[in-house]
Amino acid sequence: MASHYEAPIRKPLITGNKTYHQISVDVARPIEGNANKQWWIVFSIALILFMWGIVCIIYTISTGIGVWGLNKTVGWAWDITNFVWWVGIGHAGTLISAVLLLFRQKWRMGINRSAEAMTIFSVIQAGLFPLIHMGRPWLAYWIVPIPNTFGSLWVNFNSPLLWDVFAISTYLTVSLVFWWTGLLPDFAMIRDRAVKPFQKKIYSLVSFGWSGRAKDWQRFEEVSLVLAGLATPLVLSVHTIVSFDFATSIIPGWHTTIFPPYFVAGAIFSGFAMVNTLLIVMRKVCNLEDYITLQHIELMNIVIMITGSIVGCAYITELFIAWYSGVEYEQYAFLNRATGPYWWAYWAMMTCNVFSPQLMWFKKLRTSIVFSFVISIVVNIGMWFERFVIIVTSLHRDYLPSSWTMFSPSFIDIGIFLGTIGFFFVLFLLYARTFPVIAQAEVKTILKSSGDNYKKIRDKNGK
Amino acid sequence: MANKFLHAIYDDDDKLMDAVKYLKKEGVYIEDVFTPFPVHGLDHILKLEPTRLAITAFIYGCVGLAFGILMINYIMIVDWPQNIGGKPSFSLIENIPAFVPVIFELTVFFTAHLMVITFYLRSRLWPFKKAENPIPETTDDKFLIQIPISNNEKDLKAKINKTDIFKIDIVENKNE
Repeated sequence: MASHYEAPIRKPLITGNKTYHQISVDVARPIEGNANKQWWIVFSIALILFMWGIVCIIYTISTGIGVWGLNKTVGWAWDITNFVWWVGIGHAGTLISAVLLLFRQKWRMGINRSAEAMTIFSVIQAGLFPLIHMGRPWLAYWIVPIPNTFGSLWVNFNSPLLWDVFAISTYLTVSLVFWWTGLLPDFAMIRDRAVKPFQKKIYSLVSFGWSGRAKDWQRFEEVSLVLAGLATPLVLSVHTIVSFDFATSIIPGWHTTIFPPYFVAGAIFSGFAMVNTLLIVMRKVCNLEDYITLQHIELMNIVIMITGSIVGCAYITELFIAWYSGVEYEQYAFLNRATGPYWWAYWAMMTCNVFSPQLMWFKKLRTSIVFSFVISIVVNIGMWFERFVIIVTSLHRDYLPSSWTMFSPSFIDIGIFLGTIGFFFVLFLLYARTFPVIAQAEVKTILKSSGDNYKKIRDKNGK
Repeated sequence: MANKFLHAIYDDDDKLMDAVKYLKKEGVYIEDVFTPFPVHGLDHILKLEPTRLAITAFIYGCVGLAFGILMINYIMIVDWPQNIGGKPSFSLIENIPAFVPVIFELTVFFTAHLMVITFYLRSRLWPFKKAENPIPETTDDKFLIQIPISNNEKDLKAKINKTDIFKIDIVENKNE
């Protein structure tokens, strides 16, 4: 017991007197049981949204992107807003599993699996938007530097859009192997419990024959650590590069050096909000309240509060620097954001992202599940508005006042966005029924240090 | 290859650790240990060599870095230099700031994927590979020490019974 000591001040991360076997049973339950009615209802809604999204995508591709609400002045709007929004959401997963692993935060273990799943699914949604925006997605391979036979041109490595191609595809694939490597022991656990032959076959296939030898575990831990070390700068680089899409341009309101840290903080902020949204529901539906405890939710709320404050500082810095720079175009861009025709979007962003997370300073509020859920939705809306404000308000006032215009989305714009939300939930709901949603092998390693039953024993023995 | 094995099964990681320590002290040859989760410190007691995967990762990273630099140099400087916003298209070193993001991403890409592939190959993990844990419970809550038996079965059993054992299995002809 002495080797599993943890300071008594640390709250338990696993409650309900668990044993190793009980953890396996709890994690396998959603997979081995049947889906309930609520699951089917939510799944059907998500599937319908997804189908509607596909219809809108087919219409866009067959007719051309003129079916969107874009015009000559506002040439980028919902597509890139949605792209950045989804990529941002995709940042929490790798942050939780990589950065928190490097900092040896044990609370990551209850949530990392689902957060990584969320990352992968939301990066898929993000990737759809540039693909559709190409207009001819079957020529998407033109963004790859291949010696081409159509002319003598290569892709342009000076362009932030090409950097994005490399960043997002590296991020997606590295997150995927990180996720899958962590899944192997858990798939193996499901495989060894499976009674139905078909289930056994599938989980044997996906667990890659994991056997749990001492040597395998030694390598597994080394690989996890090195991947975490690689994924940490990677996750920071990805949103930095996404911010370069704007920051390297000369549009007032985009041309700012604060963008990289500001976007990264915003991404973590929105990602954690989405993790909270998903996990607050999932812990209830899958009976995982003993593993995703109130302590986990509170810690995520603290991260939301801190990153929300960083984002708030970035907003204020932007305003200050716009004034301080003495550049009147820059000053106008920001004045126009707050008081121009899109003032409502700006203040929706400010309210959702800067003011509402400050409520998390109150312990009563940040330990309230209902309140956490509401704030997580509010933050997601706010972060969508942030991207909309940055993109559309900077574009809709051109250098030529005769080109000044407004943007309003067409129903196709809205349809594709709703479609990606549907697609995301289709993937996540299927995941929640077929994958071990808790990293059970990792959770078992902290049972003796952070389980409530072991903590009680230590309290009683006085050490 | 021995064709008879003793499987000492434990139901707790601390009991396993004590048992492995004891057996090592008694000079028992332990072929393998199967556990449901990484038991920290087990590799030290078993005297496993440290893994060299991190070293390979470093080498793969160097390969990725070199590949990125050489590829961009060929494409942007050698094969078809273009005047893009007046940037110095004739010199890699003067134009390198714009190439850092892609070179960095390629370094990470090569390191991560090649290291994971190496891990899968070294630990013999791939789709359709058959699992080799002797009993299915070792992925749940049991810890198993596999010891080959020649003609010391009685002696072995006596030693193992001194540890906090859950169950002993004798398995024959495991590896054909």
